[in-house]
Order: sequence, then C-alpha cells, then structure tokens
Amino acid sequence: MQKKTLTTLDGTAEDPIDEIGADPRVGHVTGSESQWQLIRRRFAKHRLAVISLWILCFFALVAVFADFISPNDPNDVQARYTYAPPQGINFIDKTEDGGWRIKPYVYGYDVEIEPEALRRVFVIDETDKIYLEFFKRSWEYNLFGIIPTDIHLIGTEKPRKPLFFFGADRLGRDMFSRLAYGTRISLSVGLVGVIMSLVLGVIIGGFAGYFGGFFDAATQRVIEFLRSLPTIPLWMGLAAAMPSSWSPLQVYFAITLILSLLGWTELARVVRGRFLALKGEDYVAAARYDGCSHTRVILRHMVPSFTSHIITAASLAVPAMILAETALSFLGLGLQAPVISWGVLLQEAQNIRTLATAPWLLLPGLAIVIAVLAMNFVGDGLRDAADPYSH
Amino acid sequence: MWAYIVRRIITMILTLLALSVVVFIVIQLPPGDFVTSYIASLSASGETVDQETIAILRERYKLDSPVLVQYLSWLMQLLQGNLGYSFELQKSVSEIFSQRIGISLAVELTAVVFMWAIAVPIGVYSAVNQYSLGDYAFTILGFLGLAIPNFLFALVLMYVCYNWFGITITGLFSTEFMNERWSVARFLDFASHVWAPILVISTAGAAQLVRVLRANLLDELNKPYVLTARAKGLPKRRVIWRYPVRVAMNPLISTVGWVLPTVISSSFVTAIVLNLPTLSPILLRSLLSQDMYLAGALILFMGVLTLVGTLISDLLLAWIDPRIRLGMVGAK
Repeated sequence: MQKKTLTTLDGTAEDPIDEIGADPRVGHVTGSESQWQLIRRRFAKHRLAVISLWILCFFALVAVFADFISPNDPNDVQARYTYAPPQGINFIDKTEDGGWRIKPYVYGYDVEIEPEALRRVFVIDETDKIYLEFFKRSWEYNLFGIIPTDIHLIGTEKPRKPLFFFGADRLGRDMFSRLAYGTRISLSVGLVGVIMSLVLGVIIGGFAGYFGGFFDAATQRVIEFLRSLPTIPLWMGLAAAMPSSWSPLQVYFAITLILSLLGWTELARVVRGRFLALKGEDYVAAARYDGCSHTRVILRHMVPSFTSHIITAASLAVPAMILAETALSFLGLGLQAPVISWGVLLQEAQNIRTLATAPWLLLPGLAIVIAVLAMNFVGDGLRDAADPYSH
Repeated sequence: MWAYIVRRIITMILTLLALSVVVFIVIQLPPGDFVTSYIASLSASGETVDQETIAILRERYKLDSPVLVQYLSWLMQLLQGNLGYSFELQKSVSEIFSQRIGISLAVELTAVVFMWAIAVPIGVYSAVNQYSLGDYAFTILGFLGLAIPNFLFALVLMYVCYNWFGITITGLFSTEFMNERWSVARFLDFASHVWAPILVISTAGAAQLVRVLRANLLDELNKPYVLTARAKGLPKRRVIWRYPVRVAMNPLISTVGWVLPTVISSSFVTAIVLNLPTLSPILLRSLLSQDMYLAGALILFMGVLTLVGTLISDLLLAWIDPRIRLGMVGAK
C-alpha cells in the first residue's frame, strides 16, 4: 500500500518494479509517456519554435521541389529582360463586359529607352495580360534527379511570355527560379556540413570524455586553439588553396569539409561534457561490470541518453554553417558560378550601382535571414525541450 | 599574480606556434610552389625571368629543402621581421602592412569600444526591466543582429543610405582627402565615414554580449544580497550598478576572448563590402590570386591580434577576480 501512494505521487499508475524491468533504451519513464513524447510536448509549448519549424518545412519543400516550382530554367539567359523588375501577381481579372473572375495573371513589360541616360527602363504594360496556369509544360528536368518530366507548378498560358515574380538579374535570368535553386544548395551545405562535423565531434568528443586523461587534455587544447582564431580569414585561406580546375561538385564537398573542419569544436564540447557527466552514473558502471565492451557501453547505454542534446547542438550549428557558406561564396571564395547558392546570388548585388537599379537582387538576403532566424528559434526550442525532466 | 601571468604568456607563445603551423599549411596548400606559379604567371604575360633570380628566390625560401626546414626558415624570417614578399603587388609585405595597419586597428578598436558601449546599457536595461516592452524590442533586435550576416547588413545599409538619403557610405575618406596628411579636416571627414563600418561590425558582437550580460545579471538580481542592500535603503539604481552589474560583468570580460574573433571576422567581410582601405581587401585579393605569402602573413596577423586581445582580457580578468589569479578556478 505504501508503495502505491508513492508512485501515484509522481503521476505513475504502474508498479515501480515494472519500470526498472522495462526496456533500458526507453530510460527513466516518469509516466506513460516516453522521453521523446515529453520532448515533443515541451517543444510544442514554445510557440515561436513551432512556427519556425513550419517555416523550415516550407524551405525544405522549396529545396526538394526547386525545379518543379521554378517557372523558368534558372540558367536560362534572356537578354531582353536584363534587370526586369518583379511582376506582381493579380488574382481578380476584370473582363471586358464589366464582370470579374478569379484568374491569376501578371502584366507584361514594355521596354523604353530613357532619352538622357540611354538606359533601358521597364514599364508595366497594363494592356498585356499574361495569364497563369497550374501544371504547365515548359523546360525539362529530372524530378528528384531521376524522373524526367517537364511539368511545372506554374506557367504562362501562352509559351515564351516573360514571367519574373522576383525580377531578373544582370543576364535576364529569373530570380525566383534561382532563389529556389539556391535554397536547395545552401540548405544542403548546412546539413552536409553539420553531419560531417557531427561525425568528427562525436568521435573526438566521445573519446575525450569517455577515456579522459592525456587525449582529453590534448583535444581540449586543440578546441581552445581553434576557437580562438578568427574563422572567416582562416576559412578563406583554406578555400583559396583549392585548385581552380576542380569540378563544382568537388568544390561543393571541399567547402563543406572546410566548414566542418573548424565547426566540430562546439559539438565536441557538448558531447564531451555529456560523457563526463554520465561516466560516473551507476548504470554505466553496471554496464561495464556486466562485461559490456566500451563500444557497447558508449553506443547502447550512453549515447541514447543524450541524443536529444546532440540534436540540439547540431540544429544550432546548421545556421552558422549556412552563414559561413554564404559569406565565403559572396566573397568569391566559396561555391562558384554555375552552382547557385544564396551567397553566389548575393555576389551579383555587390556594388551600389547594381543595388540602386535592381534592389530585388537582395531577396536572397531575406531568405538567409528568415532561414537563420527560424533555425535559431527551433534550436532554442529544442534546447529547452532537450531535457524534459528539468525545470 | 606573476606566476599566473608567466603561465598565461607561455600558453600564448605555444598557441602562436600552433597558429604559425596552420598558416604555413595554408601557404603550402596550393599545388606547386609559389615560385613556379610566379614564373608561370610572368611568362604568361610575356615576361622572361632569368635563371639567377629564380635560383635566388628558391634559395631564400629554401624551396628545395624538406618541408620542416622550409617551415623553420620561414619562421626565422618572420621573427626577424621579414614578412615575405608579395609577388602580385611587387612590394614587401611589411610595406603593405605599414600603409594600412593603422586604419585597420583604428576601425577594429573603435568597433570593440562601441560594441561594449551599446551592449552594457542595453543588457542592464533588459535584465532590470525583464519582459518589458523595451526588453522584447531589444531581444528581437538581438536575434536579428545574430541572423543577419555582416555583409548583408552592409549591403542594405549602403542601399538605404544611397536610395533614401542620397549618400554613399563606401570608403573611409572623401576623394579629396584620400592621400592627404592627417589634419582636423581630414579627421572630421574620417569621422563622417567611419560610423557605417563601426555600426555594421559591432552589431553581431553586441547582440551576443547583450544576451550574456542579460542572463548573468538576471541570475545575480535574484540573490539575497541585492534584496538586503535594497532593504537597507540603498537607492535601486545605486544597488544595481554597484554590486550585481559588477559581478555580472566578470564573465563578460572573459568573453572578450570569443568576441574578438567575431569582430575580426566581421570587420573583414564588412571592409570588403564597404571598400575600406584596411588590410582586409588586400587579404581577399591575395587569396583570390593565390599570392600565398602575403595571404599567410595577413592571416597570421589577424590571428595574433585575436590572441593578444584574448591575453589582455585574461589578464584583466585575473586582475579583477582574485579567484583566478590565485588559481582557485581552473585557469582558462
């Protein structure tokens, strides 16, 4: 009876004996909910983080379906539409007999030459309505990289009409399509880079924390050293050493590798800290006395208990990676031209003259800020939720 | 105290050595040694190089010796103040340095001072008035400061100033003062230009500082000694600035160590966007043309700058906090 009252106090209906005998991976169950359910519930309380997560899902969709949602080929040069301004979409179409219907359209452009400056100026031509239709056939691509198709989410009713939601750049390429493609590359650099630093961080941090001693001291010094250096100049030095003959794919992996070579320190620090904290726990010692190998103790007993912490640290590292890639590419030392990333796109907006004529070239910057903000909020939400037993 | 200083300086010398190894690796990374690529670029532009010059160059940088010997000879040259030679600019690296180092340091130091000057009052205000409207506003600004890359902020600032106010904010001097000697007029011209880079560089660092200071001060404000001081009748303002702020500043001083790399990194990018006559555009150019001795020297310089800054902040911390100089807390 005594036992019964105690357990109901912390909200458990079950007998405590059952809990100890439960699957060790589920860990310390405080109720009928697993650790992950608790984490999810705590995360859901962080309103901003939840909204941010939806924004990130949107970004991810754009990245995956970049080619499907792009009305124009991002590398298609249309010299007639150099620096064409963005077209606004209209939804309500007034018909000639005075009625109206819902049919999306954009206005066409008229090009005029300014007499004094001899500059081309785009004027919205309100007589030229370009109607839009969903699932139009246009340029060809491979969906998911394998399925050849030419269907796009949106397209002009009649072919060969200009469609620039976000304007056009120096060569008359569609900024909207380029931004969608840039999302794909920039987000993937962040993810791949973090996965690489995660591998480095978990192995090095894990070793240092679990075995301690000389190796631990040495890694601590290395981490301190790396953190005391100004990262951008060092990244640039490494990036500049890349041979110019490398293919875009090689450059892509080299850049992500360079970013992760200097980015693993924070993850290693977190992992090491967790290992140090857990090493003295009874259940770890019990596992050792039970004859488990080091690998088994680490992978089956220790890692599951702080996976949430690793995920948190990793999620906070992604925006840093993306910012770094953007800065490198912007300065011309990161990804190079045929590859489209946010940084490469912003390279077009480097001088004040271009900015004054075509401020829409700064739109990739807006994408960066939104993505990084959202990632930071999600990271913060995860950090608060990572340890659902604390208050 | 002295033991601590000596220990700290020895650590710093070791770190410097490690840094020099990293920089040497960066110099060595591009395929082929630099004399070969220098000759290739010269012959590509139609110039001929006589064998003697090549031999002298190869001898000076010990290019035919093992890597370790090359490293040591490079290091010895560095210690004697010979920073190397820029093949692209046809000048010695020391000459390039002396032209631009003053402006670089001036911009960076002002940025650090400005960053503290805005971060401390905002941090204290946010902590004291937690969850007030101002606190929320500063939190949002802080998040934005962390999320906006410096070069983007510089670009937007450039665009806004040009489009709305009709002023160009690139450079540090108007054309008529570009090559003038320092005078009151030139200084005023400098001051009218320098605010833009300072603003851009200090935002990211300030956002971090505000976050740390706010969190630290919130911890301190809840401690009983604050309540005691208030209960004894000390005015609120005096209590806050006299005790908890001082305690909360302690960890803040130690963060100079990681704020400095941020400042130097961001001043690097900002200087390039705003076209400042500092060392950064030179570094970018040398990196793009793989002029590695110049690039290496510049990276080394930026590293040394951060390390010295960190050393100063550590010594300051030891001076303020007796626990550290007496070795009661593990030395950082």
